[in-house]
Amino acid sequence: MNTLPQQLANGLLLGSMYGLIAIGYTMVYGIVQLINFAHGEIFMTGAFGALTVYFYILPDGTAMAVAVPLMLIGGGIVAILIAVGAERFAYRPLRGAPRLAPLITAIGLSLALQEVVRNFYPDADRARAFPGLDTTHDIGSVTIKDADIFLVVAAIVCMSALAFFVRKSRTGRAMQATAQDPDTAQLMGIDTNRIIVIAFAIGGFFAAVAAVAYGLKYGNIDYRMGFLMGLKAFTAAVLGGIGNIYGAMLGGLVLGVAETLASAYIDGIPGMQQLGGQGWSDVWAFALLILVLLLRPQGLLGERVADRA
Amino acid sequence: MRRSMVILTSVLATGALTLTACGSRDDNGGGDSGDNGDSKTLTIGVDAPLSGENSTTGLGIQYGAQIAVDDANKNKLVPGVTFKLKALDDKAQPATGQSNATSITGDKTAVGAVGPLNSGVAQTMQQVFASANMVQISPANTNPELTQGKNWQTDKKRPYKTYFRTATTDELQGSFAAGYAYNKLKKKKVFVVDDKQTYGAGLAKIFAEQFKKVGGKVVQTDHVNTGTKDFGSLVTKIKNSGADLLYYGGQYDESALITKQLKDAGVKIPLFGGDGMFASTYIEAAGASSEGDLVTAIGVPADTLPAAKTFIETYKAKGYKGDYGAYGAYAYDATTAIIKAVKAAVDANDGKVPSDINALRSTVVDEVQKSDFEGLTGKVAFDQYGDTTNKQLTVYQVEKGEWKAVETGTAELN
Repeated sequence: MNTLPQQLANGLLLGSMYGLIAIGYTMVYGIVQLINFAHGEIFMTGAFGALTVYFYILPDGTAMAVAVPLMLIGGGIVAILIAVGAERFAYRPLRGAPRLAPLITAIGLSLALQEVVRNFYPDADRARAFPGLDTTHDIGSVTIKDADIFLVVAAIVCMSALAFFVRKSRTGRAMQATAQDPDTAQLMGIDTNRIIVIAFAIGGFFAAVAAVAYGLKYGNIDYRMGFLMGLKAFTAAVLGGIGNIYGAMLGGLVLGVAETLASAYIDGIPGMQQLGGQGWSDVWAFALLILVLLLRPQGLLGERVADRA
Repeated sequence: MRRSMVILTSVLATGALTLTACGSRDDNGGGDSGDNGDSKTLTIGVDAPLSGENSTTGLGIQYGAQIAVDDANKNKLVPGVTFKLKALDDKAQPATGQSNATSITGDKTAVGAVGPLNSGVAQTMQQVFASANMVQISPANTNPELTQGKNWQTDKKRPYKTYFRTATTDELQGSFAAGYAYNKLKKKKVFVVDDKQTYGAGLAKIFAEQFKKVGGKVVQTDHVNTGTKDFGSLVTKIKNSGADLLYYGGQYDESALITKQLKDAGVKIPLFGGDGMFASTYIEAAGASSEGDLVTAIGVPADTLPAAKTFIETYKAKGYKGDYGAYGAYAYDATTAIIKAVKAAVDANDGKVPSDINALRSTVVDEVQKSDFEGLTGKVAFDQYGDTTNKQLTVYQVEKGEWKAVETGTAELN
């Protein structure tokens, strides 16, 4: 059996999830040059928001076709509120501070959010079951399930909507202007604070979409799920060229595929047996990152911008 | 400058986040039975993961020990001594376990410790207890190296005389599982996966060796990282390998996800694991996908032990969290072994608690070695390596969403 199509599908699915989360890192970085390390936790709270809708708000036995959109809304609201709240109360007061201050704040916020969920969400100190979409479909030699279809559709819809928004809408263009030069943008009458809030909100919503897809795909969520996913998504954003939204999506896909293929095939290469397998997938993914940064320091789609730092 | 800042900060932040995950926490979850009059209070330390990964089984250890302490205090097992539990959370992190061990040995009222759950954590703790000459009894560690030294397969040598365990070793567990898989399940081709941790990798290796020895074939092996959620690539490999059984050495956090993703991909082969997966959390997390999966667990089912009946009732009546099923009764026996050793030390000292804590600790180590009593799980006694002489194991299978004991036996090497 040729496993390549299936492995590519596995990689693209994982990569779509990285890409959706990476949007949040890249948009915020593009506009305020802040690496929002709490973004992984915003992803996590989005998942818990969606879980709350399913278990505590909707009546038992609600059809998934009805439940999933409502979970998206619930998870989205929670993630947006936390993302915007973080911006308003944690990052905005530090807007003019040296760059390390907001970075440390982000790390602190990340730990705080984890502990809050662990301590106050019922039974969140271990994995909580999440409703799954487990019906499988065979397409040629590739098996995928409903949750995978949801993930792909959601990623495509979200990315197209974002691309359209940034290019065509007034706010989107204001956002581009702010990213290019916040001071001039402000002089031209753009409310940069509002633009920044919108960037955080969009990032939060995309993280929530990814979180719902994550729950539906893996069947359970826990308070630590944001750490590794956040780190990988950040890597994807850097790989694709941080600050570039298409780069984030591309970086996610490349990272997901690289990880999957590395774990699938490297141990089959003669002499590489010790360096292959799932346990080494992260090593290869980060090796790829280093290679890309060596050859193209601005990332795959990054622009060569004038240095502002 | 900006670009290098991104790289630098990401490296720093990764480091910082990893380090903070190892911070220690003093979770004194144990209740404490008050001091009455001139009685002396002695502390028994408990170290297990009480939050996060593995915490369901970890809490079972904490409360198993708590019930043993409560029983001893209630029955005045050692006249003039009130025992107190000091439960510390190691979060399944070796570094945290080591600092907890230091905190327990630093406590001038501490006479011994129960724990940990994870063999990898035990490795960092053994030296600390050995230097303090304090007894440590693990109800759950199964890695052979802990008692029989690095070269346990060829030259058994006990590394620490303060370390004991009431659980049997993976050598017997892996062998028992391999025999069951080949002879009873009639599985011939196995795919072996482990989580690269001391416990999981050790068990998986022993299983693979033993499975080959009984005549089976190991079609492929792979390793996963703890904390990973997506096993798509692994699942495709398993599907393609033609294996009729997946053996997993590790904990339920990853294996529950693996079995779910495996069955979702249409690969209907059972997952067989070790005692680290034996928890209700596995079934809750994997849902219907766990049906038919198997584990080997240490000892005989707690529910079938007549002696453990009261223990289970107490556990449930107190509303303790966690799962007593895997190691609760073993933690009870481990704690009782320490308490009985203290009693022997007190008796030998004309009924008074030796005033020098170091002398007491040292006597307790010697007395634990001589343990010989009927515990909840059977006879509690230790051989010359500190291993339990009770070598019973049970295979459990998920049936209608619950672990059902399917076979109990005394393990022997194939």
